[in-house]
Amino acid sequence: MAADNNHIETSQRFAPPATRRDFLGLAATWSAIVAFVMAMLGALRLPMPSVFPESNSRVKLGRPDRFALGSATYFSKLRLWLFRDEAGFKAISSVCTHLGCVAERGVDGQYLCPCHGSKFDEIGAVKGGPAPKGLVWVDLSLSPEGWIVADTLSDVDPKTVLQA
Amino acid sequence: MSNVGGEHQTSHKPLRERSIGDEGALGEFGSNLISTPVALRDSIVRHGKPTSDRAKSQTIFSNFFLHILPVRTHLHAIKATTTLGLGVATFVLFIILCVTGVLLMVYYKPSVDQAYASMLDIMHVVPTGRLIRNVHRWSAHAMVACVMLHMARAFYTAAYKRPRAFNWVIGMGLFVLTLGLSFTGYLLPWDQLAFWAVTIGANIAQSPQELTDALGMTQYFDIGLWQKEVLLGAHQVGQEALIRFYVLHIMVLPVVTAILIGVHFWRIRKDGGLARPSHADASSQEMPALASEPAPLKSYGLMAMMKDKTPAVNREMRHTITTWPNVMYVIGAASMVTVLAMLLLGYFFDAPLTEMANPNVPENPAKAPWYFLGLQELVSYSAFMGGVAIPAIVVLGLALVPYLDREKEDVGLWFSGARGRRVTFVSGLFAAATVIGMLWFTVSFGWLRNWETTAHVPQIVITLFNPGTVLVALFAMWSVATVRFMNSTRMGAIALFTCFVVGFVILTYFATVHRGPNWDFYWSQSDWPVH
Ligand code: HEM
Ligand code: FES
Repeated sequence: MAADNNHIETSQRFAPPATRRDFLGLAATWSAIVAFVMAMLGALRLPMPSVFPESNSRVKLGRPDRFALGSATYFSKLRLWLFRDEAGFKAISSVCTHLGCVAERGVDGQYLCPCHGSKFDEIGAVKGGPAPKGLVWVDLSLSPEGWIVADTLSDVDPKTVLQA
Repeated sequence: MSNVGGEHQTSHKPLRERSIGDEGALGEFGSNLISTPVALRDSIVRHGKPTSDRAKSQTIFSNFFLHILPVRTHLHAIKATTTLGLGVATFVLFIILCVTGVLLMVYYKPSVDQAYASMLDIMHVVPTGRLIRNVHRWSAHAMVACVMLHMARAFYTAAYKRPRAFNWVIGMGLFVLTLGLSFTGYLLPWDQLAFWAVTIGANIAQSPQELTDALGMTQYFDIGLWQKEVLLGAHQVGQEALIRFYVLHIMVLPVVTAILIGVHFWRIRKDGGLARPSHADASSQEMPALASEPAPLKSYGLMAMMKDKTPAVNREMRHTITTWPNVMYVIGAASMVTVLAMLLLGYFFDAPLTEMANPNVPENPAKAPWYFLGLQELVSYSAFMGGVAIPAIVVLGLALVPYLDREKEDVGLWFSGARGRRVTFVSGLFAAATVIGMLWFTVSFGWLRNWETTAHVPQIVITLFNPGTVLVALFAMWSVATVRFMNSTRMGAIALFTCFVVGFVILTYFATVHRGPNWDFYWSQSDWPVH
């Protein structure tokens, strides 16, 4: 727009130095805007929960001797399979990593998700379908009284086994 | 009147001297009483019967609810083929939904223990509850359908062009809000269908993890989990999610939608009414003669309303008719057809209600409502691409259409004439061929995961390269080629929009009819395995 500027009086080509009044006006406007935005952001913090209803995610599954060697037990409320073999205990969540349906474990030990057909092998690795990662291995531990405790919100590396 | 210091004041003199036998205040009271209905009417409607053009204008102009309409309307705007009545139908459906929704709220209880039972009550115990619920549900489906058809109408008549560009963007906002209203309402009955559709939806919100995982940055920046937590207030669909969806469904989204509808209508006025082709003003055919009487009180206000090159003098008047009652008839007819259709649907067909939600056993197949089924097919290739990236690209792409195609072509013409009709037809064939081809290929041969024998295909490859993304890429190439060969951005826009529409229709049909348990392909539902 250089060409247009030539028509303007030289004195107007350069912005006049801000007067005290302008400065105060701008400062007031911007502090109002900033205050408003911060207030809105503060208000939007509310729906972001800090405590989750499932916060108490550690659940007792039972005493180790309840589960026979080579057994597979399903906890339907927890959507969790508990296996016991020579190495010890392992727990695999049956919640599909695609979009959260519950995958079904077939007689061959493989998992099949009914929603979009994701397939997982016996240790939960993806074998087919849209699931982006394998089934979650859930953290197991022993309580002081010797119960097996699953922490349904924390996962462990696959093939982690609890010896008991 | 204050009575300072307890001083007694003399009584006021009567305003008029009256004597017995005279027609005094009592007589006046009597005649006031008799003429009150007329006086009341005159105080509400402050003009005569709408017989003269002037009174007809005032009828529109001085009425709060009608003054969003112009006092005179162009003949092109009320031709049935201009709008097909779709915008009005959408609006009427929104009103029906608000009214029936408030009625349902009287009995509905947003709690996981009681929601399902209150639905059963509404269906079986509450007087007229079944009809009201049915009408609410069918109107929600119809509103989604109408908003899509209305959008297609506005697109194919090039009504998104200057000065209506921003109203198209507001329209996109309304489109997304309409889908949001449907989605949030879907959870409330707390039946199996609701629970699993929303579980899938919430996990789609989490699916950006697919990308962040592949990039190894989920630990630092887990936007997927954050979205899911804000939506559900938990990690699973439960009481927190139900309350959140309820608040969104009955308060936040309807209010925002109502405000945006107001802005949408206001801008139609400010943009000079509905888009119309230039020949609509220059037609040689004589328009009905009008007894032209300078009608409005504030004509300057009306001139300012009309965006045009010159103030509308006689030229404008020639092709317009008074809004009252002509446009009222059109709006009234469209509204009545809509209401009647919903009442009939609600009377004869019950809205579905499956068993109560069971978080342990998914529906098989768990199908989303029809308007999301096309997306569900894409989601079955990649959650992030099908559920987040492709919808975002489509919505953003559609919103940008008026800014990418700024050709000063004639507006208000279906398909912009014969050339556009050809482009629409050919693009439709192209899109149908590619979508059907893609589906056939995927069903018969599978995709990367089914071919990997030894080498493991990394997730990022499957995310970025799957039947859904291939389709989008093909559509984009097709429309760029159209821009190039037809040397027209409008033709390119038509090509892209047509691909999108045809893709949507075929994917929706395919997922509805041909997907069964485990999302496997079946020719028809009768082939589904029996459990
Ligand atoms: C709640 C949803 C909506 C309602 C209630 C609504 C209502 C209306 C109404 C009543 C009209 C007047 C003309 C007619 O009846 O067709 C109109 C015009 C228009 N609408 Fe919408 N609409 C909605 C959503 C949309 C969407 C999703 C779009 C596109 C993205 C859109 C774009 C437009 C445009 C561009 C016009 C001007 C048309 C012209 O000038 O010919 N609207 N709308
Ligand atoms: S939720 Fe399991 S495959 Fe989609």
